[in-house]
Amino acid sequence: MKFGVIVFPGSNCDHDAYHVISKHVGQPVDFVWHRETNLSDYDAVIIPGGFSYGDYLRVGALASFSPVMASVKEFAARGGFVLGICNGFQILCESGLLPGALIRNRELHFICQHVNVRVETTETPFTHELRGGQVLSLPVAHAEGNYVCDDETYAELSGEGRIVFRYCDPAGGLGEGSNLNGSRDHIAGICSRGRNVLGMMPHPERACEEMLGSADGSGVFRSLAATLAAVR
Amino acid sequence: MKAKIYVTLKSGVLDPQGKAIQHSVALLGYDGVADVRQGKYFEIALDAALDETRARATAERMARDVLSNPVIEDFRVEVE
Repeated sequence: MKFGVIVFPGSNCDHDAYHVISKHVGQPVDFVWHRETNLSDYDAVIIPGGFSYGDYLRVGALASFSPVMASVKEFAARGGFVLGICNGFQILCESGLLPGALIRNRELHFICQHVNVRVETTETPFTHELRGGQVLSLPVAHAEGNYVCDDETYAELSGEGRIVFRYCDPAGGLGEGSNLNGSRDHIAGICSRGRNVLGMMPHPERACEEMLGSADGSGVFRSLAATLAAVR
Repeated sequence: MKAKIYVTLKSGVLDPQGKAIQHSVALLGYDGVADVRQGKYFEIALDAALDETRARATAERMARDVLSNPVIEDFRVEVE
């Protein structure tokens, strides 16, 4: 199995993702520059965090028009696995691979801290090695993580079990204080209808080693690697 | 020809920046400010050879496909 980490001008979590795939998943991984259009070598593609194109116009917007994203859309349509983290989630929403949008945090602050995130479904290629309701400690670092969508989209996401992660308190409760950025119904991550595209604001790639404060993110990569091993 | 494009948040979408500005102007003593919504304004110079119909069509397409996100924003186009 081979992984690609997409690199835009302004990506800054690309090396973290690369490190996790090469060191912890133990699989081959390439950086893929945003002008690249051939993704045929890859089984899974990671769209990393950062500030692609300086967040100009809207977060993720200019990246969504880049040549590589046209290929990512085709890759996803063929069933390829796509994981968008933070700015990667914003890019997936802007490109239409995931519904909704991420707007400025409710309190306007850039939020950079470890948060509690509840696993809402294990029926995805990215979470099947986790437990339903499990609370993960993962870092966030964003100013635009406030997930919005219309009622119809929300009903669809909810009804199809596509809300994958929610912000919660340490016990897994959903009190108002645990919704750190104002996201609709605490949404921290969603997947596509085909379940092969996941977007999430928290950073699992920055939480794969205890010395970084948490290794809870490793379950996401363990799940994805197991999925790819089973598919091949 | 010039296209002027205004992009604004849809009415139901929270605008935390607008709220912060409203709070600031209230602190400065401006009263009677019921609400503030922040948006974006683009001026786009178009080829003089385009007639108004084509200029408007181009500007509207750009506004829809690039300059706004239909999930959260509306736009208005003026061509002159």
